[in-house]
Amino acid sequence: MEGGQMTELPNSTDRKMGLVIDLDTCVGCHACVISCKGWNTENYGAPLSDQDPYGADPSGTFLNRVHSYEVQPAPCESQPDPAAQLIHFPKSCLHCEDAPCVTVCPTGASYKRTEDGIVLVNEDHCIGCGLCAWACPYGARELDLAAGVMKKCTLCVDRIYNENLPEEDRIPSCVRTCPAGARHFGDLGDPDSDVSKLVAERGGIDLMPEMGTKPVNKYLPPRPKDQIEAQAAPLAPLLKPVAEDAGGFMGWLDKALDKLPGGTN
Amino acid sequence: MTHHQPTLDTSPKVSDEIRRTTCYMCACRCGINVHMKDGKVAYIEGNRDHPVNKGVLCAKGSAGIMQVNAPSRLRAPLKRVGPRGSGKFREISWDEAISTAVGWLNELHETAPQKLAFFTGRDQSQSFTSFWAQNFGTPNYAAHGGFCSVNMATAGIYTMGGAFWEFGQPDWEHTKLFMLFGVAEDHDSNPIKMGIGKIKKRGARVIGVNPIRTGYNAVADDWVGITPGTDGLFILSLIHVLMKAGKIDLDYLSRYTNAPVLVNGSDGPQKGLFLRDENGKMLVIDRNTGQPTPFDQPGVRPDLTATFDKDGVTHRPVFHQMAERYLSADYAPEAVADRCGIPASRIRAIAAELARVAFDEAFELDVEWTDFRGEKHSKMTGRPVSMHAMRGVSAHANGFQTCRALHVLQILLGTVEVPGGFRFKPPYPKPIEAHPTPHGDRRPGRPLEGPHLGFPRGPEDLLLDEDGTAQRIDKAFTWENPMSAHGLMHMVISNAYAGDPYKIDTLFMYMANMSWNSSMNTKGVMEMLSARNDDGGYMIPRIIYSDAYSSEMVAYADLVLPDTTYLERHDCISLLDRPICEADAAADAIRWPVIEPDRDVRGFQSVLIELANRMSLPGFTNADGTPKWKDYADYIVNHERKPGIGPLAGFRGRDGTQEGRGEVNPDQLNRYIENGGFYVAHIPEGADYYKPWNTAYQDWAVGMGIYDSPQPYLFQLYVEPMRKFQLAAEGHGERQPPEHLRQRIRHTMDPLPIWYETDQQGNEGFTVNALTQRPMAMYHSWGTQNAWLRQLHGRNPLYVPTKLMREHGLKDGDWARVSSPHGEITVPVMEMAALNENTVWTWNAIGKRKGAWALEPDAPEATKGFLLNHLIHELLPPKGDGLRWANSDPITGQAAWFDLKVRIEKTTPPDDPQESKPAFAAQESPVGTGPKELKWKVGK
Repeated sequence: MEGGQMTELPNSTDRKMGLVIDLDTCVGCHACVISCKGWNTENYGAPLSDQDPYGADPSGTFLNRVHSYEVQPAPCESQPDPAAQLIHFPKSCLHCEDAPCVTVCPTGASYKRTEDGIVLVNEDHCIGCGLCAWACPYGARELDLAAGVMKKCTLCVDRIYNENLPEEDRIPSCVRTCPAGARHFGDLGDPDSDVSKLVAERGGIDLMPEMGTKPVNKYLPPRPKDQIEAQAAPLAPLLKPVAEDAGGFMGWLDKALDKLPGGTN
Repeated sequence: MTHHQPTLDTSPKVSDEIRRTTCYMCACRCGINVHMKDGKVAYIEGNRDHPVNKGVLCAKGSAGIMQVNAPSRLRAPLKRVGPRGSGKFREISWDEAISTAVGWLNELHETAPQKLAFFTGRDQSQSFTSFWAQNFGTPNYAAHGGFCSVNMATAGIYTMGGAFWEFGQPDWEHTKLFMLFGVAEDHDSNPIKMGIGKIKKRGARVIGVNPIRTGYNAVADDWVGITPGTDGLFILSLIHVLMKAGKIDLDYLSRYTNAPVLVNGSDGPQKGLFLRDENGKMLVIDRNTGQPTPFDQPGVRPDLTATFDKDGVTHRPVFHQMAERYLSADYAPEAVADRCGIPASRIRAIAAELARVAFDEAFELDVEWTDFRGEKHSKMTGRPVSMHAMRGVSAHANGFQTCRALHVLQILLGTVEVPGGFRFKPPYPKPIEAHPTPHGDRRPGRPLEGPHLGFPRGPEDLLLDEDGTAQRIDKAFTWENPMSAHGLMHMVISNAYAGDPYKIDTLFMYMANMSWNSSMNTKGVMEMLSARNDDGGYMIPRIIYSDAYSSEMVAYADLVLPDTTYLERHDCISLLDRPICEADAAADAIRWPVIEPDRDVRGFQSVLIELANRMSLPGFTNADGTPKWKDYADYIVNHERKPGIGPLAGFRGRDGTQEGRGEVNPDQLNRYIENGGFYVAHIPEGADYYKPWNTAYQDWAVGMGIYDSPQPYLFQLYVEPMRKFQLAAEGHGERQPPEHLRQRIRHTMDPLPIWYETDQQGNEGFTVNALTQRPMAMYHSWGTQNAWLRQLHGRNPLYVPTKLMREHGLKDGDWARVSSPHGEITVPVMEMAALNENTVWTWNAIGKRKGAWALEPDAPEATKGFLLNHLIHELLPPKGDGLRWANSDPITGQAAWFDLKVRIEKTTPPDDPQESKPAFAAQESPVGTGPKELKWKVGK
């Protein structure tokens, strides 16, 4: 053990594969949640089990969940009484560069891949002690109660390089299925990648940067909302009445019709 | 431990085989790739080639695997052995089930076919089920449209010859402003999500008009938290502002709408009817000549201003009446703001943005086209404003006129069937004249003379007997709701129980959970279904029900015909019905058994064919008495509605090379399967906009078999058939409404859109609006028993706005008694700030009856879950006149779910057990309950 770490992180990774999630577009439909559940139940490691699935307290293992938060914007000059907003917030493992879930692992089961930075659990070595879930500030890991091993987002490591899949499908299942196109996948270590450009353009943010985990996944913040009244002021001339009553309106209409193609003017 | 990582197989085998079929987890009908391992369903994903979803898939679709293995699946035909509602059954053979059904039905067919009421719920085979009912001879058939969105569908078709969702879509490629009204997360779910994502990506604006800021409204750039039921007033105010500012498309209005059509202004039986020539053609004043001229004459330049006097009668264009009405200060933003709960400044801002985008951001496509008057156009003008709405604005008793107003707004802006606007999908556009009228004759042993459902042109098309009695059990197409084009499923049980207009013998339903979330007044309906006569027999003597799952309705059936799941069956999503077309393509699809049932169940449509064959129903029987089809797959391939036109449009002709029209192709289903389960026929470039008037589109549609001849038409800002009902109410014509409805018809059947407050009698003291919606992960999905989906939405508190929480001293987790003029419920509450300040709501259909859906009796859906349905009656409060007034739109009969007004009060939590009220006794489960743990991995 060095520096109090149970398991070491690689010094660096060749690529930083991750997700960019657009909070401006996520409608909170949970498509990503269930697609993930389906793929990862059938694929990597033990199935994602469900306890009491038809009973009083159903609880299953999910690698990706969507939370919804109400936000009350602060009043300002243009919006003295702003309406509350609802933000849909999908959350899964952020594949942190300084992943505390790895360093806390007593068996080396949790590891970060050197080639792409994906954080994985080697289920053969996992003893289900739960330390990693405790260490993760994002609550992104779930202990599967049937298998007794820790489950987490694999970034669909069994899809993204899978030669049995058509090339366009070599993306995580959550990205492939997202109906609103709110999820993007790529190398965030490459400043020229589409995802890096998107993060730059839209001011993508880290989740809880103060935790020092250096998450690879980024979130694109919601754009400002409820601006229409402030923006419409310059448009007022567009609504200038052409006439004050029906009679005047007909007069305007007659002239306007003459200006149409085929008219006399 | 130093870094070390195991070697991974990053290319594991994905599946043995992919079988491509059509999803049925909701009404959206996406293409799916079903990955098979060892003959079992391993994984479901979207089909990238499919026109509807292009690869994406929603939560429901991916959770289909949990539907196929659901413990609630029925296993064999059931015969009731306990009292109705108990859930006590014994399993019987299919021979016994079919014989029993034939024994009940055949006598009705031969003697009194109207005594069968056959209603289907989330049925996607209506062209087939209606064909069956038509050949049985009963007038009593409809699907669930009457309690869903008939206002939206009917208003669209009467106004512009097409409607939202299946028959139209925004032009996602070009639109720059998308306005979404009401609860709309239901229909067209993936395409709307894809569209919103696409347009937000390029910075287009989304405006959401909805009392509740969830889902699409949560991502809308601007949210308008409107007061429920006032959308029509808001829209008419937008129309007022836009007209007054001259921000309307006059060229479009004069060419493509009935704005210039001359209307008779004299008092008497012709008042308000169109001036027509001897051929029945509507007349307009030609600005070239000043003379009345048929609207479709080549070279005509229709005038919107000129009037015409003939025989002492002044005829004014429709547009005159519109200007008079909508320029009135009654519709000024300041006049409507309080009622709509929207500041006048915001109404003006939205109107300004509509005007800016429609006119300042107009663009042109360099595409030539020729209109129906023979005029050639070198360009297509785009007005990039699009709109969508569904149940939210529909499910009010003023919903038809609201939906009309919405379409009139679109048309005034010139945004329908133009680039960037709203586009129809084949088989639409289609004028009202190309739609059938309703049929309700009852002739023992013989088929109906035409389809049940249609679009009345006037009082002559109502389904009334000589003495004024309704011909249909649901009183569709009567003076109570003359344009009820989808029937009134929500009135069937209530009317059958009351014997009003007559008693029936057998109620036959499919996929319709009428003893629970699909009925208003759920408790009352449960009582009606199990009510007995003095002689001990049931008031509704026989109930046959078909469902794939152990739903609440199963418990009320005498005979249960177990259906398959959607992966175990044949289906067709047909151009004759509700297809999956896109704005630039006709498309249809199939389902096919990608797995075989492991239970003694049969596809319902095949069972209907078996029943038809056993009864030798006309239409199903050859001249020599032999059956035409052995099962549904046989019907799909070999049925011809007209020569060369069948349920599927693709791969027709002996060699499979024809589309639209063509001989039967015995190999058609295999060709569909090879093609991914669907067929697409693209509309040629130049034919893909201006479809109602574009000769290239009209000719293509004739070739496809969509029309028999070109059907160009004008958009109906003014709906003349409505005026005909008004004329009757004014005392003209032979067919007269009963006195108690005369005033209502005069008022509500206005041929130009109006807004009126819905009937508030009995609502005194009930001031809070109450709504429901289903979560996106469950909309139109058949049951929350799905093990994965119920973990997303297994509980439904009543969401209460901050202001009301404070007023009533409530905090999250408290309980409230919620009452309406009809009943009360006791439920847990939760605060929600992003909500209209006088509206409460909950997720619909989360609540389940104990014993249903193979859930444990202590499942939260059965204990804490609740339905607002208990607060909504199918009838309005009694008016003291002894009449039964339906809680429905007076024009279409649409169930007015969202007119509900309630009162809330804090109450102590119910004790022992702490459950929502009302609570009902458990029904016995014919399938037991589900397993305690799931580890669903089918591959080794």
